[in-house]
Amino acid sequence: MSIVSSFTPRKGRNVELALVVGAVGIVLLAYLNVELATSGTIPPGTLTLVGGYLALAIGFHLVLRWRASYADPLMLPIITLLNGLGLVMIHRIDIANGKSIADGVALRQLMWTAVAMVIAAVVLIVLRDHRVLRRYTYLAGAIGFGLLLLPLFPVIGTSIYGSRIWIQLGPFSFQPGEVAKIALAIFFAGYLVQTRDALSVAGRKVLGLTLPRARDLGPILVAWLASLAVLIFERDLGSSLLFFGLFVAMLYVATERVSWIAIGLTLFCLGAYLAYLVFGHVQTRVLLWLDTFSPEALRASDQLAKGLMGMASGGMFGTGLGRGRPDLTYFAESDFIVPSFGEEIGLIGLFAIFMLYALLVQRGLRTSLGTRDGFGKLLAAGLSFSVALQCFVVVGGVTRVIPLTGLTMPFLSSGGSSLLANWTLVAILLRISDHARRPLPEANAPSPVAQARTEVVRLR
Amino acid sequence: MNAPVRRLSLVVAALFASLLVSTTLIQYVFAADLNARPDNRRTLLSTFARERGEILVGQTAVAKSVPVDDEYKYQRVYDEGRLYAHVTGSYSFFGASGGLEQAENALLSGSSDKLFYRRVSDLFTGRRAQGANLETTLDPKVQAAAADGLKDITGAAVALDPSTGAILAMVSHPTYDPNDLASHDLSEVDKNYNTLNKDPAKPLLNRTINELYPPGSVFKVVTAAAALSTGEYNENSMLPGPAVLDLPDTSADLPNHDGGACGSTEEITMTQAMAVSCNTAFAYLGLEIGADALQSQAAKFGFGDVLEVPMRVTPSSVPAELNKPQLAQSSIGQYDVRVTPMQMAMVAAGVANRGVVMTPYLVESVIGSDLSVIESASPQELSQAVTPEVAAQLTRMMEAVVEDGTGRRAQMEGVDVAGKTGTAQHGEGRKAHAWFISFAPADDPKIAVAVIAEDGGVAGSEAGGGTVAAPIAKQMMEARLNR
Repeated sequence: MSIVSSFTPRKGRNVELALVVGAVGIVLLAYLNVELATSGTIPPGTLTLVGGYLALAIGFHLVLRWRASYADPLMLPIITLLNGLGLVMIHRIDIANGKSIADGVALRQLMWTAVAMVIAAVVLIVLRDHRVLRRYTYLAGAIGFGLLLLPLFPVIGTSIYGSRIWIQLGPFSFQPGEVAKIALAIFFAGYLVQTRDALSVAGRKVLGLTLPRARDLGPILVAWLASLAVLIFERDLGSSLLFFGLFVAMLYVATERVSWIAIGLTLFCLGAYLAYLVFGHVQTRVLLWLDTFSPEALRASDQLAKGLMGMASGGMFGTGLGRGRPDLTYFAESDFIVPSFGEEIGLIGLFAIFMLYALLVQRGLRTSLGTRDGFGKLLAAGLSFSVALQCFVVVGGVTRVIPLTGLTMPFLSSGGSSLLANWTLVAILLRISDHARRPLPEANAPSPVAQARTEVVRLR
Repeated sequence: MNAPVRRLSLVVAALFASLLVSTTLIQYVFAADLNARPDNRRTLLSTFARERGEILVGQTAVAKSVPVDDEYKYQRVYDEGRLYAHVTGSYSFFGASGGLEQAENALLSGSSDKLFYRRVSDLFTGRRAQGANLETTLDPKVQAAAADGLKDITGAAVALDPSTGAILAMVSHPTYDPNDLASHDLSEVDKNYNTLNKDPAKPLLNRTINELYPPGSVFKVVTAAAALSTGEYNENSMLPGPAVLDLPDTSADLPNHDGGACGSTEEITMTQAMAVSCNTAFAYLGLEIGADALQSQAAKFGFGDVLEVPMRVTPSSVPAELNKPQLAQSSIGQYDVRVTPMQMAMVAAGVANRGVVMTPYLVESVIGSDLSVIESASPQELSQAVTPEVAAQLTRMMEAVVEDGTGRRAQMEGVDVAGKTGTAQHGEGRKAHAWFISFAPADDPKIAVAVIAEDGGVAGSEAGGGTVAAPIAKQMMEARLNR
């Protein structure tokens, strides 16, 4: 390159601060909207609650200034807004269920938000360089698979509403799949960065597709079997799809071979079809998906139908926050929080929320592009893609794109484990983005080699 | 590894695009279908939350929505519920059932397209959407007189304004209290509904428009109209009136109800035959004019028409295929002739209105929540049943019934009343139904009435239309004429 890049990347911390304040402002308006629509008054605790949330977000922002000053400036405002809107909606459903702020789900969710933000900040402070994580590749793999399969073990594993994806430890119930997502992304990134050369070796060519060598099929088969185990024994299509989709996507990024995607999709469809043939609960899910309003489906569950009717009642502009009846749908504050938003802020509001997620994922992928090390690239791409895939699985489930699953919407849905995992996930992305955007020390002072004149050698 | 990451972002874009499409399909494209689903609780709740229009009789609301402090926001209240039960119907969380509540649900709930511009303006002014009010054609005095006359009698009474078709009274007994079906306690509504629905007396049934009865002798007005319309007969034509008419093609014969001949002479005038309700004379007349003439005359009075007033009226009928004995029976309103009280009121009203039958209607005007008139009824001609001349002759014949025939109990001081009694058999060993149709004043009709007391009412098997039904009709006519 003849032009030496010498600009200093903008840190964007002030932009981030302004956006965070704006995001909390939107949350405040949404909260007031709910209160005015439901009770007509502004409750006295408003300033404490919203002020507390603002303090948490600004605290996190200060941690970024301190420890990751070049981190992406959009991620924190986006998740601050999403998390805040989720809190407002959960509070709104508390009101509909006749619960006050003291005994509602929203306050617990706010506590979890605080815990999640603190843990994410600790991750940022402790994890000075994401490449450290590569050292723990196999430990992460063990933790990831362990967590994923943990609910299958007796005593601690709990089956809630048909899906065995919870573990119960005393009074705490925990959905380990969320944390497993991060651990597995670290494992896949570390593993694939080591083995990518072998895995991308060309094998036989079939129908214009260069297939990998048969002996390299081992890892994908292991991942496939594990995902099938999750599907069959935990009865959770969502986690299974998320986990396997993450693996295939990272495998593709690592090897640049489309054939891995083809193989992955084929395997997954095959596995899902076999599960459909064999297992009654999978058949019920498919019936609910394809023929939601048939009498047989409604007998099995009218949850999806209710969610769809809720969304339809919102229409283009929604009923307005606090003015719909999202509480008529079960799990309106967790699995079905997207229909709750669809009902009250309409199609337009939902689009805005989807755009926030898309923007978050795009910033993550941008981070992946900008990162110089392969491990960071893979990890950032994997984590970002997992967020996108999870959104797709959750929203696709409630809008009948795919069968309904039991996953939670990142940042929006009620649930502590989900918040912890996703804040930590974004903390890791922020750490990688800080690394990606931070100028190289040597780039500031042009190296002597760059200054030297090019010697032209005459050959003849 | 940058190229696959870029391609991965396309996959992400595709994933999100699919979500944009799916949500658009649900919240925009198919939203109306989903909202219209009968099991959609949100739609029900929002219809409840909207103030439903009132049903008015005169200036009084007989059905109104009163704000209450529960999930449903408004409670439907029926003052004088039992009196107007079959007119209003009821409205509960299970939906509108019967009467105007059901037939004009779209207007009352405010979802009708007729209210479209109002709804748009409500959207911009932020005013709470309201349903439209319905002003009925009912005359509360006539309605009360009918209910008072029927009292505990199982039966029905209906009154029409002959010149417009406006329904002045619509009473069906036994009745029920629509408030019992409008409670917000759903299990209570369910229980009350089941009790009413299982009651053998069928209180939920609107007998004026949805029950079919054999008309008996009141049908002779139709037979007479058919005969006069042929041009071969007039009110003074002489007809045989023996004690028993030998029916052709069968060994059976047709007797008069008292077993004797209709007059002291062998033949009597058609007017006399009408006055004493002579079975043999009208059976003879029917056989003479033929089934086609009888059927087409009935059709001209509205038999077979599907009317909506706006509640659907069960069509009355004369059987299509009639052999001679059946024709003879049909001519006196027996065999399989089946009528609603509304249909017989239309026959009386048609005669009263110089042969023109007006389409009956119950809603005078639709009034917006801002008291502006959205729609008002315009009387419509259903058919020209008979010529004015024939109508005049029929009127004189029916006057004779009241003056010195079977309908004397309908006589009114200073007003000429035209009427016809009927005693309709409906099965061996069962008491006959008592009928009376009439209109008054005969020279300038203001009201036409049909009354039926099932099984002859309380007076027992011997009571004909003249003793049980005629006094009720008289009470109703008096109420209309302020006497």
